[in-house]
Amino acid sequence: MEELQQILEQALKQFADTTDEAELEQVKARYLGKEGSLTVLLKGLGKLSAEQRPAAGARINQVKQGIEAALQQRREDLQNNKLANKLAAESLDVTLPGRGLGTGGLHPVTRTLQRIEQLFHSLGFATASGPEIESDFYNFTALNIPENHPARAMHDTFYIDSQHVLRTHTSPVQIRYMENNQPPLKIISSGRVYRFDSDATHSPMFHQVEGLWVDEEISFSNLKGVVQDFLKRFFEQDDLQVRFRPSFFPFTEPSAEMDMSWNGGWLEIGGCGMVHPNVLKNVNIDSEKYLGFAFGLGVERLAMLRYGVNDLRQFYDSDLRFLKQFN
Amino acid sequence: MKFSENWLRTWVDPDMNSEALAHALTMSGLEVESLESVAAEFSNVVVAEVLEVVKHPNADRLNVCQVNVGEPQSLTIVCGAANVSVGIKVPCALVGAMLPGNFAIKQAKVRSVESYGMLCSKKELGLADESDGLLVLPIDAPVGKSIREFLELDDKLFTLKLTPNRSDCSSVGGIAREVAALTGSAIKPLEISSQPTALTEQLSVKVDDVTGCPLYCGRLVRDVNAAAATPAWMIRRLERSGLRAINAVVDITNYVMLEMGQPMHAFDMSKLSGGIVVRKARQGETLDLLNEQKVLLDEDLLVIADESHVLALAGIMGGIGSGVETSSRDVFLESAFFHPDIIAGKARRFGLATDSSFRFERGVDFAATRMALERATQLLLQICGGKAGIISEVRGALPKREAIMLRSSRVSRVLGITLESKQISVLLARLGFEVGEKGENFLVTPPSFRFDLSIEADLIEEIARLHGYDNIPAKAPHADLTMLPSIEQHRPLERIHQMLVARDYQEIVSYSFVEELGERELCGNVDPVHLQNPIASNLAVMRSSLLTGLIGALRFNLNRKQARVRLYEVGSCFARAGGKYVQSQRLSGISYGESLPEQWGVTAKPVDFYDVKADVEALFAPNRLSFVGASHPALHPGRTARIESAGKAVGWIGELHPKLLQRYDMAQAGVWFEVELDNLTKISLPRFSEIAKFLPVRRDLAVLVDESVTVQALIDSMQNASVPYVQEITVFDVYRGKGQEIGKKSLAFRVLLQDTQKTLTDPEIESSILKLVGVMNEHGAKLRM
Repeated sequence: MEELQQILEQALKQFADTTDEAELEQVKARYLGKEGSLTVLLKGLGKLSAEQRPAAGARINQVKQGIEAALQQRREDLQNNKLANKLAAESLDVTLPGRGLGTGGLHPVTRTLQRIEQLFHSLGFATASGPEIESDFYNFTALNIPENHPARAMHDTFYIDSQHVLRTHTSPVQIRYMENNQPPLKIISSGRVYRFDSDATHSPMFHQVEGLWVDEEISFSNLKGVVQDFLKRFFEQDDLQVRFRPSFFPFTEPSAEMDMSWNGGWLEIGGCGMVHPNVLKNVNIDSEKYLGFAFGLGVERLAMLRYGVNDLRQFYDSDLRFLKQFN
Repeated sequence: MKFSENWLRTWVDPDMNSEALAHALTMSGLEVESLESVAAEFSNVVVAEVLEVVKHPNADRLNVCQVNVGEPQSLTIVCGAANVSVGIKVPCALVGAMLPGNFAIKQAKVRSVESYGMLCSKKELGLADESDGLLVLPIDAPVGKSIREFLELDDKLFTLKLTPNRSDCSSVGGIAREVAALTGSAIKPLEISSQPTALTEQLSVKVDDVTGCPLYCGRLVRDVNAAAATPAWMIRRLERSGLRAINAVVDITNYVMLEMGQPMHAFDMSKLSGGIVVRKARQGETLDLLNEQKVLLDEDLLVIADESHVLALAGIMGGIGSGVETSSRDVFLESAFFHPDIIAGKARRFGLATDSSFRFERGVDFAATRMALERATQLLLQICGGKAGIISEVRGALPKREAIMLRSSRVSRVLGITLESKQISVLLARLGFEVGEKGENFLVTPPSFRFDLSIEADLIEEIARLHGYDNIPAKAPHADLTMLPSIEQHRPLERIHQMLVARDYQEIVSYSFVEELGERELCGNVDPVHLQNPIASNLAVMRSSLLTGLIGALRFNLNRKQARVRLYEVGSCFARAGGKYVQSQRLSGISYGESLPEQWGVTAKPVDFYDVKADVEALFAPNRLSFVGASHPALHPGRTARIESAGKAVGWIGELHPKLLQRYDMAQAGVWFEVELDNLTKISLPRFSEIAKFLPVRRDLAVLVDESVTVQALIDSMQNASVPYVQEITVFDVYRGKGQEIGKKSLAFRVLLQDTQKTLTDPEIESSILKLVGVMNEHGAKLRM
C-alpha cells in the first residue's frame, strides 16, 4: 500500500521536474516501461492468492491511471510551454513604423474645388468647362461687354492677339454651354483665370467657380437662397451671415456682390446676378420665357478662409512644407 | 470718387451719422471703399499770432515767443521752428491740449524758460506725415479760433468705388441726388443763374462732328486775374477730392467738375488763333499734352482745334500750348457733351486715365452742360473778376431717353417677391424718374444723367436696389428633380487625383505662363504662344508642357533640403496649329530621390524609369500601354519612351537628361512623365466572360538574347503568332552579368496555357511551347537549358 503511494508521489514529482518531452518519456519508462516499477508490480500479481489478487490489482491499476493522467497532463503542459516560448521569441516591436510608399496629397485649391463641386452636384448642377485661351467674343462681347466698354478696364486682361485673351473669368463657359444646351440648365464650371495683376493679394493666375441656373421660374431670391446655402455648407456654419449688395456686371442684372461675415467685418466672396437679357439673346434663349442666375466665386479666397492661409502667393510656390499641410 | 462729407451735407443732410450714411451708400451699390477722418483727434489748438520772437538765452536753436491767442494776456512759448517770425499766424496748442498720439501739452520749463504751450506744424497736428516748420495760416485767420473749426477738420473723407454704370455719381451733386433718393431727405439745389454779360464778343465755334459732340458751349471771359488766390474753402474741397490746386482758373473748372460732374476746360485766348473747331484729328497731327506727353493722333480721335492747331484731345486732356497760366488775361471756358462712344477706349490708347475721360466715357449729363458753364463763369467772376462774353452754343442730336415699359408682374417674377404696383410707384418717384402709369404697369423715362437705363431689367435693378437687397428673402428654388447623367466609360478626374495621391505624389499648381527659353530648350517648342503683355519677362509664353513647371517646383524644394520629391500637376497646355490655339489637358509627374521614403528594413534605391513606368501603367489600367524608345530634348536619350495607347502617342516618360542635372545642380536623375488626360479618362465598360473550368498550366521559358532585342518585341511576336492555348506571357526575370556573354541578356518568361474545354495533354503543351521557342528564335533568342 504504502509502496504504491510512494511510487505515485515519486512519479508525479519526477514528471513535474522534466523540461522536455524526451525526458518525460524517459521518466515514464521508469514506471510504465517493461522494467518500470508499476509494470513489475503488475507482473507480481500472479504470485498472490486468488482472494488477494483483485483488490491488489485494482489498487495498482488505480495508481497506474493516476500516473498516466499525470503523464498526459505533463505532455500537454510541455507542448504549451514550447509554443509559448516560440511565440515569445517571435514577438515584434509593434511600434516600429510600417513600410512602403507614403501618401501624397491634393493641392488645397483642388481640395477646395472638389468640395465646391460636390456641394453643387448634390443640388443637381452638372459640370462644364471651356478653354483658357478664349476669344474676345466669348470673354467679353457675348457677355454684353462691347469693345471699349469701361467694364473692360475692370478686367486687367492678358492679350494673346487682337482676337484672343487669357480668359479673365469663367463666365465665357456660360455662353458656350448655353449655345449648345437648351434650358432648363444648371451648371457649374471651375478653372484657371488670368488677370494682369500681381501683388500680395493678387495673383496673375487664380481659380474661379462659375454657376449658372436657367429655368422658367428662377428669381433673385433663389439666387440668394442657393449661394447662401452653399456658403453655409462650405464653411459648415449654419449661422454664417451672407450679404448681397448692389453692384455692376455687364452680363447680369440685377447684379450683386456677395459678402460674408468674417471676424466682425464683411469679406467680398464673389459676384452674382440675374443673367442679363442681352446675354440670353446672344445665345437665342427667350428671356421672356426663361430667367436665370449666375454667380462667380474666387476659389483661393474660399480656401484661404477655410484653412486659414494668409498669403495667396503660397498656393503657387509648390513648397512641400506648405502643400503637405492640406493632406 | 473721393469727397468731403461736409461738402455733401451742404447739399443733402440726412439725419444719420457718417457710418450709417456710408452703409446706406454701400448697400445701394455705391460701395464706400473707405471712410476716414480728415484729421486725427486733437483738442485745444487755436489760431495764434506771433507778437515777438527773442533768441532763447540758453539755446541757439530755440526762440522765446510772445503769442496772442485771443486772451487779454499774451503767452510765452518756446519754439524751435526755423520759420517762426513776428506777425505770422500759426496753430498754437494751449496748456491742456491733447495732440495726436496722446501727446499732452503741459506748462514746462524749456532750458529754464517757462513755456505755456506749443506752436504746431502740420505733422504735429497729424495733418501730414512730414512737414517743414510751423503751419503758417492765412493772415486773416481769426486769432483764438479753434484750428479744427478754422480748417474744417471735423470732416470725413468718403471714397467710393464707382461701378462703370454709375457715372451720374461722379460728382458731389450726383451723390447728393442719390442720397436724397435713398434716405428721402430733401436736396438743396445749387442756385445757378445766367451770368451778366459785359461783352458782346463771342468766339466762333464750329462743330464738324456733331455725332461725337452733340453739344458744345463756350464763353470768352476777358480781363481775368488768373493769379488771384483760390479761396481756402475751394482748395479744401479740391484737396479732399484728391485734386491739387493749380491756379484759380483751372481750380474753378476742376471744382465745377467735382460739383456737377461736368468736365470743363479753359483755354488761354492769347494762344488761340481764330475760332474753335471740334473735329476729327487728321492723320499725322500731333499734340503735346498737359502732362508733357507727345501723342500722334489718329483719324478716329475727336479734337478741339483752332484754325491752325490741335488744342486738346476732346474730353480727355488739354494741350500744354493753350492752357491757362497765372499770367493769362483772357480765357475761353469750354463745357461740352462728348458722346461716350467717341471717348470710350481712347484715353487708354495713350495709357491715360483722366478725370475727364473717366466721366465722358461713362456718360455726362447733357442737360447740365450749359448750366455748368454758367456756374464756372459765376465762380470765375467772383474769384478772378473779368468780363463775360456771350455763350457760343452748337447743338446737334443729343441722346434720346426712350420711355421703358416696366411691368409690375415682371418685377415680382425676377426678384422673387411680391411688390405691389403702388410700392413700385413710390420707389420710382423717389428716383425722380418721369413715370406714366398704365394700369399695373409703368412707362418710365430715364433722366438725362442716367446712361445705364434702357431696358426693363435696368429698371428692375433700380427697384431692387432701392427696395434693398436685404429685404429680398433668400429662398430655395423649386424645380423638377432629375438625376444627372453618370457616364461609366468616363473616369472622373477626382479618381485620377486619388490614384496619384495613393502612389505618393503631391499635387502642385504652377503658372500657365513660363519662360520662353525653357519652352525652347526643355520642350523643343520653337513657336510658343506669346502673351502680348506678359507680367514679367520670364512669364512671357504659354506652356506647351507641364515639364518646366515641375522642374521649377522640384528645384524649389531641393533648394529647401527636401531629398525625395514626387510631384504632379494637372493643367492645360497650349500650342499653335493651323492658325488656331490647341489647348489640351495634361497630367504630368516627376519623381526624384529614393524610390521609397527613407525607412528601416528597406535597402535604399534611387527611383528609376521602371518605378515611374509602373505608376503610369497603374493610372491607365485596365487599358494597356506600349512604350517605344524615342528622344525628347529634356530626357536621357537611352532612357526615354513615347507612351502609346492603341497605336496612338499619348505621352512621354523618361529620365532627366544628365546635362540638366548638371545645369540645375541635381545629385541624381528624376524621372518624368506626361500624358494627355483625355486618354486617361476614357475607359471601357467591363464585359463578363465565362471563367474557364480547367486550371491553367504554367511553363517557364529562359532565353539568351542580344541586348538590342526588346522584351516587348519578343512578347508581341509570341502573342501575334496565335499559338494555341497560350493565355498570357509575362517576363519575370532579366539577368545580365556574371557568366554571360557581353552584349547579351538572359530573359525568363512565364507562359500560361489553358483550354476552356479540356485539360491539356503534355504533347499539346509541348507543341505550343516549341512554337513559341521558334518565334523567339527568329529574334536570335536561344533557349537556355
